[in-house]
Amino acid sequence: MTIRQLSVFLENKTGYLNEMLAQLAKYNINIIALTVADTSEYGIVRMIVSDPEKALDILREGQFTVRMHDILSLEMDAAPGSLSKILNLFTEADICIEYVYAFSFGSKSIVVFRTNNRDKAIEIINENKLKSIREADLK
Amino acid sequence: MPREKMRALQTERLKELVNRVYNNVSFYRQRMDEAGVKPSDIKTLEDISKLPFTHKQDLRDNYPFGLFAVPMKDIVRVHGSSGTTGKPTTVGYTKNDIDNWSEVVARSFTMAGISSDDIMQVSYGYGLFTGGLGAHYGAEKVGCSVIPISGGNTRRQLQLMADFGSTALACTPSYALHLADAMAEHGYSLSDMKLKAGVFGAEPWTENMRKELERKWGIKAFDIYGLSEIMGPGVSHDCEYHCGLHVHEDHFFPEIVDPETKEPLPDGQEGELVFTTLTKEGIPLLRYNTRDLSTLYREKCECGRTLVRMKKITGRSDDMLIIRGVNLFPSQIEHVLLELGETSAHYMLYVDRKNNLDTLELKVELDESKLTDTIRDLQNLSRKIEHALNSAIGLSVKVTLVEPKTIARSEGKAKRVIDNRNK
Repeated sequence: MTIRQLSVFLENKTGYLNEMLAQLAKYNINIIALTVADTSEYGIVRMIVSDPEKALDILREGQFTVRMHDILSLEMDAAPGSLSKILNLFTEADICIEYVYAFSFGSKSIVVFRTNNRDKAIEIINENKLKSIREADLK
Repeated sequence: MPREKMRALQTERLKELVNRVYNNVSFYRQRMDEAGVKPSDIKTLEDISKLPFTHKQDLRDNYPFGLFAVPMKDIVRVHGSSGTTGKPTTVGYTKNDIDNWSEVVARSFTMAGISSDDIMQVSYGYGLFTGGLGAHYGAEKVGCSVIPISGGNTRRQLQLMADFGSTALACTPSYALHLADAMAEHGYSLSDMKLKAGVFGAEPWTENMRKELERKWGIKAFDIYGLSEIMGPGVSHDCEYHCGLHVHEDHFFPEIVDPETKEPLPDGQEGELVFTTLTKEGIPLLRYNTRDLSTLYREKCECGRTLVRMKKITGRSDDMLIIRGVNLFPSQIEHVLLELGETSAHYMLYVDRKNNLDTLELKVELDESKLTDTIRDLQNLSRKIEHALNSAIGLSVKVTLVEPKTIARSEGKAKRVIDNRNK
């Protein structure tokens, strides 16, 4: 139920995000999902990509500051209220969502997120038989 | 005082001083022995160049009281230099030292036209810093009505200045400018104030700044120079002709030396300003190198004073910064970063002046291993560094994380500071 996410530290400079993306494009890495958490001086770009290992090497080679982390990932029903239903389960268990983003892949609706209590979140997922997503599902 | 008489007095005091430190301060006995110079070798003022120099590091190495020349029972006051690497530098004063200090500050204030008719607001910080108490004792000696309000609390400064009718102000030039600009915001105008003179010091300032302060406050502004190692404020002061600061050379003997060779330079040439404390008892210093850059002039001033004049400080021969009156060496920043070990030690310090107050921003390279996927972790890291810096140097610093390897590396002496003040 986890997939690997790349986090890249980027200072706020015009064209800098694109410079990073161009590197990935050059080596044929597909970006499946991307979101930016930003401050006035810098941002963290979070990405799900087609080949995380390779992307990590490419970015390091290009002098970018990058780390790889596992994050929780679930498939949602493509229907109104489905994300809220999932988050309700966490709220009831007093688990805080630190960040979340959603995207679709083929016909699948996918949500990825970080919580303040990973073990407990996994318990909830298992108990409620939520449908998890593995990297193999994103090929 | 005629020059010859002054020289005779200085020579006599120098000989007495050298004897005293040789016999009472093991550090100086050792230094003089190493240099092969005995107290009896000092016969004329020119012989001073045979004596060893003293540096700030010597005070740190002998922290806290190692350079004191009298027993602690004779020390009536201790001050500390603001912000230094690790250990502060401490100085001690005997009763006589305090009297002499009050005397030179009183002379300085008199040069600024301040008299017993004046109400002086002392807005320098009171405490270990010599500014507050130094100005305080001098003002009392003159006979001023002293308002020991200390630094900060701008609203109250302005309120008391208006209510009490302060006629003289002692503080840092940047704070004086800040107070002037804050008047409108707090509902005051120049017509509410009775200020006529300002005595500003503890940080270098330009002639333009003086003109601006005089215009904004409608006062005469004067420069007071000093450093805790030598005494505190009152080592020198400018008169109404503003053609350099008159050094109270009967107490503090000045020399200018070449920053490279350390050889004495003649009058009119710029170099490092060195002082020997001719009368100080608590912590007398031989040839203390201030690392301030200045020039000496001995022609008689238009005001009639014959005291040697030193040019307004133009800069420093080392990398020490003076931020809001606090001494700061870039190495202190490095020390904190290395001690924390959370980032690389590659940094650049940006000094600026916003609303007339000095600001510090530190850009420091993020260590990749500290990168997580949440902004909060990075913000916590910045705050942790800010907190550590604040407790180590006593100044607030804005910390900005930047990418690794983006701060320029230099092969020789690293450039660590970009000072955008006075631009």
